[in-house]
Amino acid sequence: MKITMAHGSGGKSSAQLMSEIFGKHFNNEVLSKMEDAAVLNVGGKIACSTDSFVVTPLQFNGGDIGKLCVCGTVNDLLMMGAVPKYLTCGFIMEEGLDVDLLDKLVESMAKQAREAGVIIVAGDTKVVEGDGGLYINTTGIGEIPEGRDVSSSNCKDGDVIICSGNLGDHHACILSHRMEIENNIKSDCAALNDIVDGLFAAGINVKTMRDVTRGGLGTVINEISESSGVRIELDEEGIPVDPEVKGFADILGLDPLYMGNEGKMIAVVPADQADAALAAMRNTEHGRNAAVIGRVKEGEGAFIRTRLGATRRFDVLYGEGLPRIC
Amino acid sequence: MEIKDIIQYLSEYDGKPLKLMEVCGTHTAAIFKNGIRELISPKIKLISGPGCPVCVTPTAFIDKCVEYAKATGCELLTFGDMMKVPGTGGSLSENKAGIDGENRADITIMYSPFEAIEKAKAQPDKTFVVAAVGFETTAPTYALLLKQAKQEGITNIKLVTALKTAIPALNWICENQEDIDGFICPGHVSVITGVHVYDDLAAKFKKPFVVAGFEAEHILAAIYRIVKQIEAGEGKTENMYKNAVRENGNPKALEVLEEVYEEGPAMWRGLGIIEGSGLYLKGEYAAYDGGSHALYEDMELPKACRCGDVITGRINPDECPMFGQHCTPMNPFGPCMVSSEGSCGIWYRNKF
Repeated sequence: MKITMAHGSGGKSSAQLMSEIFGKHFNNEVLSKMEDAAVLNVGGKIACSTDSFVVTPLQFNGGDIGKLCVCGTVNDLLMMGAVPKYLTCGFIMEEGLDVDLLDKLVESMAKQAREAGVIIVAGDTKVVEGDGGLYINTTGIGEIPEGRDVSSSNCKDGDVIICSGNLGDHHACILSHRMEIENNIKSDCAALNDIVDGLFAAGINVKTMRDVTRGGLGTVINEISESSGVRIELDEEGIPVDPEVKGFADILGLDPLYMGNEGKMIAVVPADQADAALAAMRNTEHGRNAAVIGRVKEGEGAFIRTRLGATRRFDVLYGEGLPRIC
Repeated sequence: MEIKDIIQYLSEYDGKPLKLMEVCGTHTAAIFKNGIRELISPKIKLISGPGCPVCVTPTAFIDKCVEYAKATGCELLTFGDMMKVPGTGGSLSENKAGIDGENRADITIMYSPFEAIEKAKAQPDKTFVVAAVGFETTAPTYALLLKQAKQEGITNIKLVTALKTAIPALNWICENQEDIDGFICPGHVSVITGVHVYDDLAAKFKKPFVVAGFEAEHILAAIYRIVKQIEAGEGKTENMYKNAVRENGNPKALEVLEEVYEEGPAMWRGLGIIEGSGLYLKGEYAAYDGGSHALYEDMELPKACRCGDVITGRINPDECPMFGQHCTPMNPFGPCMVSSEGSCGIWYRNKF
């Protein structure tokens, strides 16, 4: 069966879709009340974030849009030191979307939500004309435990920057699909609860956390440098990249420094806790390839020390990082 | 010789000031990415050449593409690099979004020109026009596309070409800019053409032409060989990218170039019309041409814009009065600021 305009009518077809797919997979005590709005118990400081997901193809090696739309928003909450609790979702479906595929994607979303410890408390669907596409928006709410102060503006001279693992996997995976290139590159799409929990459990005074998504590490580091008013120096040789992804990027003229990820983060920690933080990250499933990639210094700007010992400044990503033509 | 010895030699170089041109945009990017200027003596100045196909493409080409993209029953396929290059009636990107209540142009960013084959088969009533921009590196791909189209009897594909060859442009630069002491020759182009295409230039102008790969070590080794040649009073071709570039290039690619294209005059932004530097569809393949000849018109750039001087290496991008102030990657005037391989864009992203 395919999604038709009738599924967006608000009538019988909409209700059927609601109960047969969304109700089945997302069932929880808040959502099942089916009120006009979810009523939530939250205390203290909360973090709130929203993100829209438009990835094509809808399914890819290592994930799908359902998994991605949970991970993306959950990671944004985690990066503020919050414990993710609730998600809402808005589905914009194009006419012609396969209902079996939708069922799979929603199931994947529900599975990832359970793993990340969030429940889906509100949702909406709309159907628009089109060609079987799907876009999902998720909004998340998390609680920030007492005593945590994580912000992009916290970095100080001497702090150490740790990256949770290999960069560029998601970007290379999606491009491979679009270009119909067969390889073993898997998206890193993942919720990073284990890493963040691990860092706090180890008693690390985490100053800044950022997930390294669109725009890549280069963009994130520049943003932190600006927010904190510091100079950041990365060590090119320390930046973890899988050899297959590196080869793929070289052929297309892409730089892993600017390639997108969906399951990688950086943490900035005080120098005397760097070893403990690195060990804590490496002790988790999603942080096993973690590495120290750079240091914070007094001054301004983002710099990288190259393999041969030169230092160059780098900027945020410009444009789209499209494959070159020659 | 180890790379550290090469770096030491180049950093301690104290001979006469040298100006070396890297012809290829990918080399410009690699020189920045690896901080190569910092590793060599300030007496060795590296300047960027015309080696970005997007940057040297005149406005008339963009306008032709826009014309097709707006025509009924036509879809334009292009690589992403071309999208933001300014045209007389706006860029491809602006026309795709639709300008001033006009119809939105039908434009698709392609990852491979062969997408045209699939599309043409699926929609036989529509014409698919491929914006074919590039040097010897990409020209064979377009040739193979047309060979396949011909084989399968597909007639609803057209090519608008801005395909150029490197040697006539290098000759132009040697004739017009005598102060360049040596050339770092493009690695990708040389994979196709082989190394001997530079022999005549090296002999005629008595300058070193050294083919380089794209790793820092390749580029440093090529610079070292150029400096050593100059010190020895030599001027010859050398291949420092032997693992990829064979003496005689890629015979299969050269064969297909020969079969599908003929040489003709082409307009290079900043350089002007250079005889024999363009590749045009010939013989039975000419039927696929979408009007690629004589696309010479170039837009009038602001007076302060020194795009031409940048492309020819007379100035570095940051010496242009527009650079970084009025011309940035977000709001580019000259194509050198638009393209990811353009020297202004590379300089801006790395120096700003």
